[in-house]
Amino acid sequence: MKIHEYQAKEILKENGVPIQDGFIVENEADIDSTIDRVAKEFNCSQFVVKAQIHAGGRGLGGGVKFCPDKASAIETSKEILGMTLKTHQTGPEGQLVRKIYITEALDIEKEYYVAITLDRTQSKHVIMASAEGGVDIEDVAAKTPEKIIKVWVDPNLGFQANQARQLAFRLGFEGDSFKQAVKVLKALYKAYEVTDASIAEINPLVLTEQGNVIALDAKFNFDSNALYRQKDIASLRDTHEEDATEVEADAFNLNYIKLDGNVGCMVNGAGLAMATMDIIKLKGGEPANFLDVGGGANVETVKNGFRIILSDKSVKAVLINIFGGIVRCDRVANGIIQAVSELDLSVPVVVRLAGTNAEEAKSLLENSGVSIIPAESLEEAATKVVGVAT
Amino acid sequence: MSILVNKDSKIIVQGITGSEGSFHAEQCLAYGNNIVGGVTPGKGGQKALDSKVPVFNTCFEARQEVGANVSLIFVPPAFAADAILEAADAGIELVVCITEGIPVSDMAKVYTYLESTNTRLIGPNCPGLLTPDEAKVGIMPGFIAKKGSVGVISKSGTLTYEAVHQLCQVGLGQTTCVGIGGDPVIGTKMAELLELFENDPETEAIVMIGEIGGSMEIEAAQYAKEKVTKPVIGFIAGQTAPPGRRMGHAGAIVSGADESAAAKKAIMADCGIIVVDSPADIGMTVKKALATVTV
Repeated sequence: MKIHEYQAKEILKENGVPIQDGFIVENEADIDSTIDRVAKEFNCSQFVVKAQIHAGGRGLGGGVKFCPDKASAIETSKEILGMTLKTHQTGPEGQLVRKIYITEALDIEKEYYVAITLDRTQSKHVIMASAEGGVDIEDVAAKTPEKIIKVWVDPNLGFQANQARQLAFRLGFEGDSFKQAVKVLKALYKAYEVTDASIAEINPLVLTEQGNVIALDAKFNFDSNALYRQKDIASLRDTHEEDATEVEADAFNLNYIKLDGNVGCMVNGAGLAMATMDIIKLKGGEPANFLDVGGGANVETVKNGFRIILSDKSVKAVLINIFGGIVRCDRVANGIIQAVSELDLSVPVVVRLAGTNAEEAKSLLENSGVSIIPAESLEEAATKVVGVAT
Repeated sequence: MSILVNKDSKIIVQGITGSEGSFHAEQCLAYGNNIVGGVTPGKGGQKALDSKVPVFNTCFEARQEVGANVSLIFVPPAFAADAILEAADAGIELVVCITEGIPVSDMAKVYTYLESTNTRLIGPNCPGLLTPDEAKVGIMPGFIAKKGSVGVISKSGTLTYEAVHQLCQVGLGQTTCVGIGGDPVIGTKMAELLELFENDPETEAIVMIGEIGGSMEIEAAQYAKEKVTKPVIGFIAGQTAPPGRRMGHAGAIVSGADESAAAKKAIMADCGIIVVDSPADIGMTVKKALATVTV
């Protein structure tokens, strides 16, 4: 699960990381008074206005602007609030800016990068830091990997003081700023740990001209498996930032991801669902979605699955691929027959059922009278569905 | 022969009185497994599965009383990490955790702790193990498999069934099928299983089914290049998956260039693995590979 910058910074602040602070505005009417509040609360006369959307690349897209005085802050706020911001992560349709974050402006001496995530190779947490902050860190990693310092943390021991010192020294911090950097690194790890984050990133972490170490921007993603014990975090979800159909599918307990093709598919199991998409592509079609119906595959799941898939108007045919293990294929077949006849579908449906009671299922489908195209193997199913979709 | 489990495995089921646990324990028993007991805290002394097996309060008791050496876990996600640790502390050699949805940070702690023990973990979020005609330790449907000479390693559930089904259709049985799970942190990685299958005299070929995300397939491919003499047939699911989107499994997300299907397939092929493009060609490709070896 993703959250906004202002929410991420709130988490950092609670855990002891100094942040470039500000307030959120959702209505144009509040812009003027909020700027006054920022000026008073943080004792500043210059501001930064930042669009709050989940996608990255906001600055380049024109969603983050420095404002040297109140008048320009008002003008910029009006411009950004309500705009459709296009970045390399939003896609060409862009994302509506529903909230802006008006913050104090800081005098920046130097920018750094620091992030914590799980290193899957070692099954340990890894802290990555670089004195090349503020830029696209993926570029730094690709071109000059030696400029990224890494420290691995034993999950049972936690982040040790010597590791924080090592990072701060190698980043080049000195004197009082060094002490602040050590504190920030420890606080960041604490924030990562207590929230069950999957990524905690400060980019950039800045050293101000006054010698203070402050988080200018922050990104947190969270492990969805842990949300049951992170109620506060779960409440930060902003469904406006997600695809509406995916949110709806989620409510039906279906795992759906929209893609750009025209062949819809409904499969049990994530691996088989991906493999089904792959074979559709190999047969010359383009998958319209990923949809894992899980272990259920009963009338209701199949019906909801069809509704979700067919809400995408580019879908020209649907492939149902179910491998019955514990699930009996004859039951799945009855579910499909009922769903198809009740929903009055406008596109052809190819059905392939394998595993437990597949033979019974096949004759049920053949004798049902509903217009389903049966297929025996994965190969045959993919060939048939691509054939009818084009 | 087989790897990890066989007819002599003494299996206990943690969470045997829950609905998932009792259903699947019954299926395992029906397959002919040696289920020697179950563990549910507070229900020690009772009997489970129609009074066929004893229930213990702790894994320690189950180890002492009935000599359990394999534990199959169906405990809910919030308690599953603790259940794995309990089995390890009781000295159980092999733990198979089926539970889906365990927090990743819990698993990172468990994984690191297990490094200091003699316990091997399979999973979590996996279908478990199946040694045809001998032991079914998990939720794989037993009837789809048959005894034979192919070892199967897979991150997925139903895609494993698909592969096993294709193998049987071309007349090939399996030594052991291992579902390792699709989470970011899992107990046993692909390379370790390649080693076990390489050392198993009855395994003649190995099928390795991976997914986008992580670098486990690449590590396994590099291991195979150096140490595996048997043919390895590989497939990577998610060739059409867009970067940055999680495809069902918590671990199936392309977050770097090396984690894409294309990158993994290229490295696997470089390491001498026979890479299958279509998921429909797995069975046939193994058959061809074995024919070449025999000639």
